[in-house]
Amino acid sequence: MKQVLFLGRGGQGAVTSAQILAIATFKDGKYSQAFPNFGVERMGAPVRSYCRIDEKEITLREQVYEANYAIILDPTLVKQLTEKVTELIIVNSNKKPEELGIVTDAKVKCVDITSIALKVIGKPFVNIAAIGAFSALTGEVSINAIDEAIKQQMGHKGTLVEKNILAIKEVYENAKRE
Amino acid sequence: MSEKKVISGAEGVAIAVKLCKPKVLPMYPITPSTLVPEKLSEFVFNGEIDSKMIHVESEHSAISALYGAYATGVRSFTATASQGLALMHEILPIVSGSRFPAVMFVANRALSGPLSIWNDHSDSMSERDQGWIQLHCESNQEAFDTIIMAYRIAESKKVLLPVMVCADGFYLTHAYEPIQIEDQEKVDAFLPDYTPEHYLDTTNPKTFGAFAQPNSYMEFKEEEEKAMREAIREIIKVSKEFDKSFGRKYGNGLVEGINLEEAEYAVLGVGSVCGTIREVIKELNEQGKKIGLIKLKSIRPLPVEDLKILCKDLKILGVIDKHASIGFGGALTNDIRSALMGEKVKVEGFVAGLGGRDINKEKIKELINTIMKNKEGYWLK
Repeated sequence: MKQVLFLGRGGQGAVTSAQILAIATFKDGKYSQAFPNFGVERMGAPVRSYCRIDEKEITLREQVYEANYAIILDPTLVKQLTEKVTELIIVNSNKKPEELGIVTDAKVKCVDITSIALKVIGKPFVNIAAIGAFSALTGEVSINAIDEAIKQQMGHKGTLVEKNILAIKEVYENAKRE
Repeated sequence: MSEKKVISGAEGVAIAVKLCKPKVLPMYPITPSTLVPEKLSEFVFNGEIDSKMIHVESEHSAISALYGAYATGVRSFTATASQGLALMHEILPIVSGSRFPAVMFVANRALSGPLSIWNDHSDSMSERDQGWIQLHCESNQEAFDTIIMAYRIAESKKVLLPVMVCADGFYLTHAYEPIQIEDQEKVDAFLPDYTPEHYLDTTNPKTFGAFAQPNSYMEFKEEEEKAMREAIREIIKVSKEFDKSFGRKYGNGLVEGINLEEAEYAVLGVGSVCGTIREVIKELNEQGKKIGLIKLKSIRPLPVEDLKILCKDLKILGVIDKHASIGFGGALTNDIRSALMGEKVKVEGFVAGLGGRDINKEKIKELINTIMKNKEGYWLK
């Protein structure tokens, strides 16, 4: 089983990130489970959400204490990541990983998702685009499945859906070059 | 159309409710049940469900309007949590006492104070004695399925008691996981239209909410007790039929024993925590430790005979109580101990998970170590 942790700020949409990832991995034929770290939603406060991915049905209900992957949507939150991450930490940042001062045994990759979101969506909406980086760097989910998941979850949001799909592709290609 | 998709537990509950075609939806949203009325109001707005949604001014009004809807003889639904359920307290025994087969969803949440929006079972456990059948769910699929079964159980002429379908707030309501959504035709075949036994009818006038003198009040309550005992058989029957129609079952509908063969020690849990207990006992069984799980689905009626059979070879049973009966341990532990009185199994109670404190694998292992050392239960913090 793989455990994924999203760390963002209230309003950035980290809870939606985990939901979209769970829907997408299920569309890829795997079992999945997404849930928020039961916090009250407060704009700007650190928010955690989780996604579990497995080949078999998931019955575990505890919170995620150790993740295979972490995705940090706001680079000012890197010091808030207290959970152990075993494989990869993806940070939305235009800096180099070594400049962030993250102490971990996991690999750290930086992808400048905010710049791509500003260019493609016109707003700093990084929560969904970030899944493109996750797909490129881990291979745990396919781009097609993410597109389908966005349509299931955000179908009523019209052009925003299309723009997010474009942003995901660009973030994916950008991350592939990393 | 039948399909399996990843959605939130609350949305799953709302879809199940839609498939049961309730006519009246008196709603007063409260976290973490809010997504249920939110989804249902979408269904009403889109014309996907032929129901009247009433935006009431409190939970007391929600349950009162639910009573009123049933008095007119139609299937109805409401949802609540925590203080919302507490505010309904006054009307709960009136619904059951009037023998209205209502179904209500409870997104289990701690009671204030201090204020907590997070999960435990203090809301529903505090309403154990109000004549409502109380069924708990481990997964979102089980919550979806239990809503559909609940109407069948409640509306059985042998039962005619309301059902509270409980699922852990956030742990289930806000969790996204795969749910098999069933076809309307299949649900219709399983759950026929509601034909009320008694309702307000000008051609056949009856009195509702009548006054009972000391010479008859006890008989009304005794009838409820008999109906609750009848519900034990009915839940088993409905659970079997549900399995036949949809291919899913949850023990016998009341309780499920997991890995109890050869086990001397077992954990009894209610709701979503059972999923985590399953993981722990799987690990321990691989290490050669024979630990079992008793997943209690029905708090009321309490399946005493089934519990006795499941526990017959056990030395010690550790009960996880997500509610404290302040002054006398955990209410569930006290119930289980009393159900198993005279049996050789010893019952130890562990109050845990209050106000959303995570009951993780480590805590469950700690509980198991404690009972295996024959030590007393305590507050597992």
